Amino acid sequence: MARFVSLAAGAVLLFAGGAAFAQSAKLTDPQIAHIAYTAGVVDIAAANQALKKTSNPQVKAFAEDMVRDHTSVNDKALALCKELGVTPEDNDTSKSIAKQGEEERAKLESLSGAAFDKAYAENEVKYHHMVNTALENTLIPNASNPKLKSLLETGLKIFKGHEEHAKTLAASLK
Amino acid sequence: MTCRDAMFAALACGSIAAFASVADAAIVRVTISNIAYAPAKIAAHVGDTVEWDNKDFVVHTATARNGAWDVNLPAGKSGRVLLKKAGKIGYYCRFHPNMKGEIDVSAK
Ligand SMILES: [Cu+2]
Repeated sequence: MARFVSLAAGAVLLFAGGAAFAQSAKLTDPQIAHIAYTAGVVDIAAANQALKKTSNPQVKAFAEDMVRDHTSVNDKALALCKELGVTPEDNDTSKSIAKQGEEERAKLESLSGAAFDKAYAENEVKYHHMVNTALENTLIPNASNPKLKSLLETGLKIFKGHEEHAKTLAASLK
Repeated sequence: MTCRDAMFAALACGSIAAFASVADAAIVRVTISNIAYAPAKIAAHVGDTVEWDNKDFVVHTATARNGAWDVNLPAGKSGRVLLKKAGKIGYYCRFHPNMKGEIDVSAK
């Protein structure tokens, strides 16, 4: 019933796996662009932390992949926003993603060696799953501009690849 | 014939001449776009070359599951591998393992 009420109210539940929160009203393209961009920035920050802390070659290679791919996708997103005359707009969802990312990095900062590697890889699985779920169920369906929608769809395929890659990495670290 | 056509003809003749010495060797092309190999399954012969053309804006690889080759494919670039042995060979992208392909290589 509660679920029905929130859906009926047009609430959009994002990142239900982490700190769940609701965003009332339909997301706009400038907000969706901001959310997708922020999600990339958070993963790049996590990867940069891993590059500083890890001495495992597989973890290092994975983190380098994350920096490279998320930077490419974000550059593409910025270029598209410019082309469309869209200014990404900060919003509660973006703020929540950024805050969760910071908290996760603070947690990981206290770990080192194999414990860090394992926690980073496991978090990457969780994080990509969360972002992919949000893209699939919320961001892509709500995007109005076909070019933005298409970029988000390509992003989803890339990030699904990351999720699978992270799973293999996490399993190898057990 | 325009200048461009002439250039194309010259290039085409050049490549035909280059391959005349390698009897029947072909280039089998696979396009990468939207995070997928197309076609995902191809058939080729020993001595043929597979060329992957990466039209995406991210780097991919074509990595043989049996370890025979690992081709790095930067965004907008292409890469090649010469098929030396018969058999079915599966490959994938190391960065996006949800990308999968297969080559059925038959003897000459
Ligand atoms: Cu790839």
